[in-house]
Amino acid sequence: MRFIFKTDYAQDIRLAKHGGHVFWYGALMLVLLAAPWLIAEYWLAQLTFVLIYAIAGLGLMLLAGFTGLFSLGHAAFLGVGAYTQAVLTNAGWPFPIALACAAGLSAAVGVVVGLPALRVKGIYLGMATLSFGFIVEEVLARWESVTGGNAGVHIKQPVLFGWTLDSGDKFYFLCLLITVLATLGILNLLRSPTGRAFVAIRDSEISAQSMGIHLARYKTLSFAVSAALAGVAGALYAHKLQFISPDQFNILQSIDLLLMIVIGGLGSVHGAFLGAIFLISMPQIIAMVKDYLPASIGQAPGLQGFVYGVVLVAFVLFEPQGLYGRWLKIRTYLQMFPFYRKGMFKRQKSFQKSDRLR
Amino acid sequence: MQLLQLVISGIAQGCIYGLIALGFVLIYKATETVSFAQGELMMLGAFCGLACMTMLGFPYWLSVLATIAGMAAFGVLLERIVIRPILGQPAFSIVMLTIGIGYVTRGLITMIPTIGTETHALPVPYKDQIWNLAGLVLNVEQMMVIAVTAVMCLLLYLLFRYSKLGIAMQAASQNQLAAYYMGIPVKQLNGIAWGLAAAVAAVAGLLLAPITFVHANMGFIGLKAMPAAVVGGFGSLPGAIVGGLTIGIVESLSGFYLPDGFKDTAAYVVVLIMLVVKPNGLFGEKLSKKV
Repeated sequence: MRFIFKTDYAQDIRLAKHGGHVFWYGALMLVLLAAPWLIAEYWLAQLTFVLIYAIAGLGLMLLAGFTGLFSLGHAAFLGVGAYTQAVLTNAGWPFPIALACAAGLSAAVGVVVGLPALRVKGIYLGMATLSFGFIVEEVLARWESVTGGNAGVHIKQPVLFGWTLDSGDKFYFLCLLITVLATLGILNLLRSPTGRAFVAIRDSEISAQSMGIHLARYKTLSFAVSAALAGVAGALYAHKLQFISPDQFNILQSIDLLLMIVIGGLGSVHGAFLGAIFLISMPQIIAMVKDYLPASIGQAPGLQGFVYGVVLVAFVLFEPQGLYGRWLKIRTYLQMFPFYRKGMFKRQKSFQKSDRLR
Repeated sequence: MQLLQLVISGIAQGCIYGLIALGFVLIYKATETVSFAQGELMMLGAFCGLACMTMLGFPYWLSVLATIAGMAAFGVLLERIVIRPILGQPAFSIVMLTIGIGYVTRGLITMIPTIGTETHALPVPYKDQIWNLAGLVLNVEQMMVIAVTAVMCLLLYLLFRYSKLGIAMQAASQNQLAAYYMGIPVKQLNGIAWGLAAAVAAVAGLLLAPITFVHANMGFIGLKAMPAAVVGGFGSLPGAIVGGLTIGIVESLSGFYLPDGFKDTAAYVVVLIMLVVKPNGLFGEKLSKKV
């Protein structure tokens, strides 16, 4: 069991709370840096996808997990980022500027979507973002002069300061760099007054408002940051796949993103990464297990959807804190070894409260 | 005349949206949760009807009754097994849960060998019949949808107006805690609400099946019924039908008069405008927050 003796206020907001953090995250960083030499090219590509989804997950986590605004149309921001990147890169713009534009445009769109969010909440907000997602998908499919319509569009390789990133290894390092920057940015945001304001809004809008938090400003800001991160992820996604079409950014992708952060663990930065690992590894695991199942089950086309659904239902029912919550429980059990009590993480059970009259 | 024709087909489509939206509203009123599995329940109802008619060889009226009864039982069971344990949790976990249920249902149906992946026609007695009425060409399938929806509305109205069960449900939906103190078995009512919603979804499925065929992805229409519920105001039963009709007519007209692509997004454009102009919907109750 570790005791942290606090002697300084700065310790409260320090990113690495103790030596263990420094050691383990340093080790993780080293492993990630060495990954191109450690694992085969196929798995490196999967790892790149994990990083890309983690960036989008960080954005959605900020919005849903920390500000309490749920977006059912987040794939639309991904799509806006991806198409901006594709159009600008194909027009010969260098990578950093195109990426900044992709993030900026997504953020601008996020602000526009965030505007109805100031008036509506809960399921109505979900509905607004869902509608917006459908509209963006349709625009991407119909605006053929720019997006190439349903036929999709190819995207050139990224050029960084006159240096073409033409191999999987180089692109992996680029994704890793951006992921680390995004993670540090989010962590930094969350320990700042802005981040605290987001959490306050999530916990109770009324009390946040009475503490002097400008709801409209912070909600819009949250939408903008979240959409910008999704835009960055979309841009990287476009480069990784080298070919994008509107149906990659449909409602199922939005639900996948939500599923990712719910399974990873709402309200934790770790959750975005754990969820991304889950989302990418799940199809691989299903593909591996498939061969051992009887053909009538293993080869059935609905298997993947079925497994996703079962896992999602099981997580909501039995582990609402997600994978990260499970890890916290295991860690606490080990740290306090003989003294762990069953009810330590028990959910508070309330009688069905009405949202309408609250 | 063409306009009238378009409006009628819009009304028929809108009735389907309205029926699915009725399911959303029933569940929302009773349990304060939003079920994203409503479209999948409808799909399951259509498949259930198909199984009754083709595999068991039931006559039409018997398979309709069997489907509705079976789906109602399924709804009650679903509530008892998966929804009840997490009542009282944040609304969003239930949304995710119902999305998960939708995935499972769709996956299971698709996994049925040879049946799940194909599209089937539901052998109904009124298939492909057409009435000519003063220059209007009326599709009997669409007329059937409108008529059945009207009957369903009447039945639900009578249920909520005159039966003890309906009045108890109204009480529980207004204030669950107070209803519980008055001796109303709120938990059982929640189960009944889910059963009712599943039964309404089954009716919608049986009505839609002759028009669009039965297939595993027909549940996605539920995503269009959601705007219908929002436009009508989420907590209002007549609102669901009116919202459904609005969406159906707008969709039908925009498909004809506006360029390609507007038909599929019309419902969402309408709902976005609605949310900006009148966030509580047409018939929604306006309640301000109390601290």
